[in-house]
Amino acid sequence: MEERLPRRVAAVRGLTRRFGDRTVLDELDLDVHAGEFIALLGRSGSGKSTLLRALAGLDRDVEGGLEVTGTVAVAFQEPRLVPWKRVEANVALGLAAPDAAARARRALEEVELTGRAGAWPLTLSGGEAQRASLARALVREPELLLLDEPFSALDALTRITVHRLVLRLWAAHRPAVLLVTHDVDEALVLADRVLVLDGGRIAHEAAISAGRPRHRDHPELVALRARLLTALGVGPEGHPVPDRPLTAEAGR
Amino acid sequence: MSSPALEVQAAREPAPPGPPAPGRPPRPPAPRPSARRKAWRRWISPLVVVVLWQVASATGLLPERLLAGPATIAATTVDLVTDGTLPTAIAVSLQRVAIGFVLGGLAGVLLALVAGLSRAGENAVDPLMQMLRALPFFGLIPLFILWFGIGETPKVTLVALAVSFPLYLNTFAGVRGVDGKLAELARTLELGRAALIRHIVLPGALPQTLVGLRQSLGVAWLALIVAEQVNADAGLGYMINDAREFLRTDVIVVGLLVYSALGLLTDAVVRLLERRALSWRSGFLGE
Ligand SMILES: Nc1ncnc2c1ncn2[C@@H]1O[C@H](COP(=O)(O)OP(=O)(O)O)[C@@H](O)[C@H]1O
Ligand SMILES: [Mg+2]
Repeated sequence: MEERLPRRVAAVRGLTRRFGDRTVLDELDLDVHAGEFIALLGRSGSGKSTLLRALAGLDRDVEGGLEVTGTVAVAFQEPRLVPWKRVEANVALGLAAPDAAARARRALEEVELTGRAGAWPLTLSGGEAQRASLARALVREPELLLLDEPFSALDALTRITVHRLVLRLWAAHRPAVLLVTHDVDEALVLADRVLVLDGGRIAHEAAISAGRPRHRDHPELVALRARLLTALGVGPEGHPVPDRPLTAEAGR
Repeated sequence: MSSPALEVQAAREPAPPGPPAPGRPPRPPAPRPSARRKAWRRWISPLVVVVLWQVASATGLLPERLLAGPATIAATTVDLVTDGTLPTAIAVSLQRVAIGFVLGGLAGVLLALVAGLSRAGENAVDPLMQMLRALPFFGLIPLFILWFGIGETPKVTLVALAVSFPLYLNTFAGVRGVDGKLAELARTLELGRAALIRHIVLPGALPQTLVGLRQSLGVAWLALIVAEQVNADAGLGYMINDAREFLRTDVIVVGLLVYSALGLLTDAVVRLLERRALSWRSGFLGE
């Protein structure tokens, strides 16, 4: 794996973050390679956002080694559109290039939001707002794209559409992606590599080789799902997971 | 272009997460025709009062010396306008308010930015402003007369002082109230400090500043009235004081009406400004 992904865009060594006397990240190590799609799973409160904020340079109170090369872009759980700027201006915000407006329009085209370029953010639907937020992150052509549960507030149908969109954008631009999620299926459908954050460290790690588009009843994914759920403390191995029967889509 | 979606959103936004209504979405609260037709009823009681007032004046029940009747007041208004007294007085008073308002407003907003944008600025500016605010500034008039004489300066200064505090307090609160998540976003977008202030802080503080603007305009007119009562050789206050000497209650009432009309007018201007500057909220507030 190392030889197939030669260049690192982020190297985390012994990263520690404490809030008072609580250690949320505890000597965490992580490498992110150019172009790979990582999903970071973890229970609520396990420190996923804390790690992502550290990578984004938003947290100055971390200890340990943290090296990020190249441009980083972030999309948050709430789209964080600036409400007094129209969608296109939001996407262009902070772009220094003289063709900022044209690039913003192109990015909006890519996320299929051209028709809403002139709209006020407060008039967007959840999915539209999240796509605008993605466009704003992508327009900076990041080498590392950090996504903090950006799809968790979307309804199931919209989420599927946005998943496909993200894969398409990733294939087109090839940034390294670190997607924080608490949704195992989302991780399985999207990522090359799935990490589980637990006890302040990367406690589990798994590579996924299944080609995309993926079906959730692919044997590799089924096996991995059970392992990941166990790692997350949901359902013992070997048993069907309670509220998600694995046979749900067995019609293929 | 985006208005249909905007309306739908406006109707949906404030709805509680209850069960969705079946069939067609609920219509936005458009002006109900019956409500509009009933609006005239609100005019009945004021009209009755004016009629009673006129009757009382005409029958001598209400002597002119205490309060002139509506008909007299109307005639006097025409006279004051045609002989130029009223336009001149309004111009003088408007000028005082305008100069005082601009000076005080600039000072208030600039000080609020200094205090709002850094702790050091806050420590330097805010204690002073809070102390000054505690002063009853109408009580400063005698000092102002001693310092500035009885010309335009004390009046303009009083207006400026009165205007600066509401704008200071509101803008300061507005700057401090800017969403921290947006400031964080600005950092991920690598906005510099100037860009952060321009794109995030100032527009974010604007709604609160506009609240301060409306408050300060109200105070501005009040300060002017007080200043002009004390000493004036021109302007609306002078016209009113002069009328008192000659027991011209009609002129006094005209002066008061003009004061309130000007107050309402400036308020309307601010509201118009608000609607334009805060149009980004319209989809949200369903204006
Ligand atoms: N600014 C903060 N101050 C104190 N505690 C915090 C702060 N940010 C996060 N934490 C704590 O750190 C833990 C991890 O938080 P977070 O990284 O947001 O978890 P998640 O994995 O759900 O994203 C939580 O217990 C949270 O309460
Ligand atoms: Mg989180």
